[in-house]
Formats: sequence, structure tokens, C-alpha cells
Amino acid sequence: MGLLSKKDTRLILDPLADDNPITIQVLGICSALAITAQLKPSIVMAVSVIFVLGLGNVVISLMRNIIPSKIRIIVQLIVVATLVIIVDQVLKAFAYELSKELSVFIGLIITNCIIMGRFEAFALGNGPWKAFLDGVGNALGYGVILIIVGFFRELLGSGTLFGFKVLGDSVEKTGLYAIGYENNGFMVLPPMALIVVGIIIWVQRSRNSALIEEN
Amino acid sequence: MLEHIELFFKSIFVDNMVFAYFLGMCSYLAVSKKVSTAVGLGAAVIFVLTVTVPLNWFLDQYILQPGALAWLDGNRETPELSAYADYDLSFLSFILFIATIATMVQLVEIIVEKFSPSLYNSLGIFLPLIAVNCAILGGSLFMQSREIETAGLALNYGFSSGIGWFLAIVAIAAIREKIRYSNVPAPLRGLGITFIITGLMAIGFMSFGGMLTGGEDAPPAPKAQTSQTTIQPAIEKEIETTPLVVSE
Repeated sequence: MGLLSKKDTRLILDPLADDNPITIQVLGICSALAITAQLKPSIVMAVSVIFVLGLGNVVISLMRNIIPSKIRIIVQLIVVATLVIIVDQVLKAFAYELSKELSVFIGLIITNCIIMGRFEAFALGNGPWKAFLDGVGNALGYGVILIIVGFFRELLGSGTLFGFKVLGDSVEKTGLYAIGYENNGFMVLPPMALIVVGIIIWVQRSRNSALIEEN
Repeated sequence: MLEHIELFFKSIFVDNMVFAYFLGMCSYLAVSKKVSTAVGLGAAVIFVLTVTVPLNWFLDQYILQPGALAWLDGNRETPELSAYADYDLSFLSFILFIATIATMVQLVEIIVEKFSPSLYNSLGIFLPLIAVNCAILGGSLFMQSREIETAGLALNYGFSSGIGWFLAIVAIAAIREKIRYSNVPAPLRGLGITFIITGLMAIGFMSFGGMLTGGEDAPPAPKAQTSQTTIQPAIEKEIETTPLVVSE
């Protein structure tokens, strides 16, 4: 464990729970909700954001002393856009179906507030290694929420995980369906993403009352 | 004319930026505590979308699309004759679109400050925020992926999606002002209840989905894309597997 000091570990672990980008910092919700109807796109999205945020934080951190503060937004946007183009091209080459399904939402990583937020709040003031850890940590926190939402929406909505029928066959009435279980088709529709995240926030804040807002 | 009216209502209600695609959620949640500020941000979004979507439409048509560079040697009408017919710059669209948006936001800020200080004061702080609002980039990317045909339609699309976003943020701000007086469970206060209300509002907006189908002859209006793509595989798989089980 020589590589990670205690402080460094906190950089990764804090965003996973009590400083989560989605449920606490309220960043990056835009793309988080639209693609979570199934588990697979959620995981791809999470990995893409880990890549973009980790590398982007390093690049910005390396350039932090030469970026004029007046045009830093544009510089940051260009850095993110470049990284996102790489992700987009890789997905188009190796997972074309998935990239069609994610449609514009890969492009929208550019304007994902987590990315700009972490650039502004952390990468501009810290060295590359710390910035990398912070980027990966926050992207992981984002990914965890995405995967939780994707898991429940796919399981309850279509009774599958990664496309496998884990609850039995809904047409042939095997498994759980034999005793009268039905899929909740509503879970795959967009509004349920919001409600599922709302419930996650509810659970998290009931467990840790320090996070409760005044009003 | 009819297609303009259809696109207008479709972008506001059926394909609402917030409720169908969750675009611009960050500022939607952060700036919706008071109606007055929500109105300011909403107006700024309408304005910037109306400017950037047509601009990016021209970029897409004349630079980015496969073969779009044909106008360089005068073969705009017959792209296959052009020496530039094979050029496909569409991978550059993210970077060009975001650059246009960032530049336009900056430009708009300067112009508004010069000619209408009162509007600038009311929009002032929100304008720079808008460059990183997903609704703006999302508008341009949807314009590109849906292959909107004319500049007029692109203008219409930008304007009406802006109005849709405006409606959404003003509505949630009004609800949040009222909900302050209600007895919300403590852990749900603030963010949690806003999420759930937005979800309920999105369910409400889904009822507009059938609005533009217009009877059996007309082609069905494409409903929220996300839901369509996600439901499809589940149904297909069920059909695929049924014969297998029967043969057993």
C-alpha cells in the first residue's frame, strides 16, 4: 500500500458514498438517467466517464499553470471533447450496437457537469496524481449510482440482467412468474429513473442524517 | 407549414428536453429554488438554443456530413462529382459544436451587456453557466442525429425545445416554492423530493405522447426514443425464445 497514502484513499472512497457526485454534489445527472433502463449501457457509460474524467483531470492538472484563467472554460471543453471523441470512435468501432443505443449521450459526456465541476474544483489546484485519483473516485461514485439504477430498472422492468432471464420466463410462466409475479413495465420508461434516484437519495440520507438538507 | 407546427408541439411536449431526455438536469435542479431566477435561466436557454441550433445546422450541412464539403469546388448540387465527395468529418462534430456554443454564449453575453444592460443584469450570472448546459449541446446533437432537413426547421426546433425546457423549469420552481410549506420526510427534503416530483411530472408529460399520432392513417409520432430502444430488445427476445420452449 505504498502507492496510496491515507489521504489518497479518501480521494477515491469519499465520492463513493458521503460525497457522491450524483446524490450529494448534484452533478452529472443529465446523462445519468437517460441510459439506465438496462445494466449494460449503464456500465459502458460508467467506464467511459471513468476514462474521460481520469485522463481529463490529469491533462488539466498538468496544464494548470499555463492556462489563462479567462479562457479556461474553452480549454477545458476542448480537452473533454477530444477525450470524448476517442471514446465515441472506440465504441463505434468495437460495440456499434451499443453506441447506437447510447446515441447522443456519449457526446453529452462533454457537458456532464461532473467533468467541468471536478476540473474547476480540483484539477486546477492539485498535482496530476492526486487529480487522477480524484477523477477516478468521482467517476466511480457516478458509476455506482448508474449501476444501481440500471440494475433495479432492468431487473424489475424486464426481469433480466445483461439480457439473461434471471427471474424465469415471463411468457412460459417459469421461475418467479409461475407464482404470479409480473414485470413492472413502467420501470423501463424514463420517469422511473428519476424516482429510483429519488429513492436512493432517500435511503442514503436516512442512513446518514448529517446529509439532510434544511429545506 | 404543417411540419413546422408539428415539430413545434412535438419538441415542447412530446420530446420535452427535461422530461423525455433528462437534458439540462444539473441547472434544472440547481436553479429551480425560485420562480424569478428560473424564468431568467429559462429565457437564456431559449435564446441560446435558438441561436446555436441553426448555426450548428449550417456547420453540419456544409462541413461535417459525409460529402458536405462538395461546395468547395462548386458541386453542391452534385456531390458525387466533387473531389471532396469522400471526406467525412462527422467525427469532429462534438468539438465543433461545443466550440460554437461556447463562442456564441460568450458573444451573446457581450452583445446583451452592450445593448440591454437591464436584460444582462437579470440573465448575467446564468449566461456563462449555459455553455455547459447539456440541453444546449443536446439540442444540436439531436438536430444532427434526427437529420432535420431545412434551416427553418432547425431554427424552429431550437426555439421550441427551449420553450419546453423553460416550461419545465418554471413549473418545478413553482412547485418547489409551494412545497416548502409541506411536511416532507426529512431525508427526502430538498433534492430527493425534487427528483420524485420531476418523475411524476415526466409521467404526466408522457400523456402527450399520443397527441400527434392523428388517427390511423398518419404515421405514429416517434415516442421518446429512450423508452423505445429499451423496450424493443425485451420483446424481441421473448419472441425468439418461445419456439425453443415449445419444441421441448
